Amino acid sequence: MAHLEKRSAPPPATLEWDYAPAPEARDIVHLEERYGLFIGGELVDPLSGRWLATESPATEEPLAEVAVAGAEDVDLAVATAREAFENGWSELAPSERAKYLFRIARILQERSRELAVLESLDSGKPIRESRDVDLPLAAAHFFYYAGWADKLEYAFPNRRPRPVGVAGQIIPWNFPILMLAWKVAPALACGNTVVLKPAETTPLSALFFCDVLRQAEVPAGVVNIVTGDGGTGATLVRHEGVDKIAFTGSTEVGKDIQRAIAGTGKRLTLELGGKAANIVFDDAALDQAVEGIINGIYFNQGEVCCAGSRLLVQESICEQLIAKLKHRMGTLRVGDPLDKNTDVGAINSREQLEKITELVESGKEEGAEIFQPPCRLPERGYWFPPTVFTSVAQSYRIAQEEIFGPVLSVLTFRTPEEAVEKANNTAYGLSAGVWTEKGSRILWMVQRLRAGVVWANTFNRFDPASPFGGYKESGFGREGGRHGLEPYLRFDDEH
Amino acid sequence: MAKAPALVGGFELPAGPRLPRVGSIDAVALEERAATLAKRSIKRESKVQALELAVRMMDLTTLEGQDTPGKVAALCAKAMRPDPVDLNVPPVAAVCVYPNLVATAKERLAGSGVKVASVATAFPSGQSPTELKVAEARAVVELGADEVDMVIDRGAFLSGRYAKVYDEIVRVKEACGDAHLKVILETGELGTYDNVRRASLLAIAAGADFVKTSTGKISPAATLPVTLCMMEAVRDVYAETGRVVGIKPAGGIRASKQAVQYLVVLHETLGPEWLTPDLFRFGASSLLNDVLMQLRKEKTGRYQSQDYFTID
Repeated sequence: MAHLEKRSAPPPATLEWDYAPAPEARDIVHLEERYGLFIGGELVDPLSGRWLATESPATEEPLAEVAVAGAEDVDLAVATAREAFENGWSELAPSERAKYLFRIARILQERSRELAVLESLDSGKPIRESRDVDLPLAAAHFFYYAGWADKLEYAFPNRRPRPVGVAGQIIPWNFPILMLAWKVAPALACGNTVVLKPAETTPLSALFFCDVLRQAEVPAGVVNIVTGDGGTGATLVRHEGVDKIAFTGSTEVGKDIQRAIAGTGKRLTLELGGKAANIVFDDAALDQAVEGIINGIYFNQGEVCCAGSRLLVQESICEQLIAKLKHRMGTLRVGDPLDKNTDVGAINSREQLEKITELVESGKEEGAEIFQPPCRLPERGYWFPPTVFTSVAQSYRIAQEEIFGPVLSVLTFRTPEEAVEKANNTAYGLSAGVWTEKGSRILWMVQRLRAGVVWANTFNRFDPASPFGGYKESGFGREGGRHGLEPYLRFDDEH
Repeated sequence: MAKAPALVGGFELPAGPRLPRVGSIDAVALEERAATLAKRSIKRESKVQALELAVRMMDLTTLEGQDTPGKVAALCAKAMRPDPVDLNVPPVAAVCVYPNLVATAKERLAGSGVKVASVATAFPSGQSPTELKVAEARAVVELGADEVDMVIDRGAFLSGRYAKVYDEIVRVKEACGDAHLKVILETGELGTYDNVRRASLLAIAAGADFVKTSTGKISPAATLPVTLCMMEAVRDVYAETGRVVGIKPAGGIRASKQAVQYLVVLHETLGPEWLTPDLFRFGASSLLNDVLMQLRKEKTGRYQSQDYFTID
């Protein structure tokens, strides 16, 4: 068996092949210098008189100024939404509501290139993802809930579902247009009107969406968009005219919101942080598991609430799997979000970059081993290289706290029981992943993992028909699927 | 760290350097990975580099019952000088023919550096007695073939007689002497990616210098996911034993765009070390003219009609 002898090294490379830049055309998007608040179907200047600048996190270049809604502005938006609710929208034939939602879905598809470029520009996410994930899913959500609009009686038989009223919705900066779709589509399908507050650092796709609403001829006041900072969100949450709050964001803010509305009778759904375990058994298809691990933690720079940020590997394959993972990390292309070949884009803001940096430092200090593939990061903008920590103990901060960045912590386990125990040993419970070729083990694991979503042999896969939401500090309430209608409906059997 | 030895039913691997575990392949994720890589956008100079490399990696192939010395002579001329208008276009790697045409090809290609590859072992079915297959391999080498493209016995493989498949490859390898051995798995007949991986590791263990997807006589022939699956097996063998094995997708690759996609998958799976004709080949016939057209377009900025490229 001489041919199995170890040869010294592969022959020298004959070709240094680097891909030429392949930027998506940016000029497809026209940006205004300033955007007002979208209230009653018009962009209006804020009564607060305040504005803030939004920038491209990849270049720190300012993109536009957007209004900061103050208390009076939120008042006006909520009153407008209330009026639209009472004078028409809630009484509209459900099939008519569906018509508007179908229109929005189709316009999102038609204008998806513009929106994808804008989204990548404002948020720093790679165009490959905004083009192939965010936009198709956003349109799919509107299509899906358009279908439910005139079938609510069948979704909830004998319970006489009725709209709740005015929904106050606050969305995060990691998936701006997708989270807008998750919030707005079910609310409108159920006959509610909306006041939506986009994230401070990523308001532009929501403002673009105003144009989509106009194009779809959605009646004025049905959707109102108030940009601003944390103060705007706090005002909206506390506003007496709002019947329901839907919030996606940090656990810290989620707890504040819950405290603030206690006793008011407002309905609340919270979709908060996570520290998902991605569990790889020794019989898994290893190369595909590596792809799943990469997708689980480096998708959208790891700025994903359901990111697979804790890798639990069966000890017998740990060395081999980590070697494969490191090799694969070396092929990740970090850089210009608008380049079609970019895999990992820019971190959303300076603040987020500082948080990631601080937690990574704590990991080093606590004694974990760090690995980062060599990669050239652009000089300007907010960047963090793909990072993996091995030799991580369950007690380290990087194994406990949500980092919300491209940082993976690797732990090992010996038996399925231990995997479940470690996976559940966290304050969060949003998602988990299981990698094994053994079907019975998948079912056994799924029954025991305390997480809202468990993916088997895949990760970060979304579908509008599938409910999404958390256990424990990851929040409550479900978005997506038939379950996602419920928070936006009142029923006869409720008190 | 303990690694499970790869024990394929019917034969035992040696102690000493181990092959990677056979393991399994998740079809959905494998195809998704291949599709993602196929979306890479390769422009300008990186495209020209890729296209020229694709020419240098090409096994220009004719495997027809109607092949004649005249046809093969024409193909050899094309192989040595693919574009008479643009002499910067390099020659291809090899010309791949049936055993009876090896002598013609050898004579025509003498001194050019272009290799002669011959199919053997009862191509394309492999359904003949082992002795005949070994004799055929020996014969084509004696006729002057630099490379031998053998087929595995899929009948034996699919009925679980892995040892037979293995032993045949070992004996053909011996018969090849210094000639390079490419082992055709005919992935279109293996049914699953798990089988493709198992057959790849088996062929490599038995001594293959290259693993090759297809004969070109069965559809589907080469696909991106199946080639990725074989590359991953080759990568595991390299990681485990240090042994370097080549890959040859063949059949169904007709457009430059496809060729570039294969090179992207190769580049991002096995790295720049494999971007050489020594370790990667395209088995194709009509691909060459499309690559020449694209190269001319990249260099002149204009598309020429097909009439400006020779049909051989």
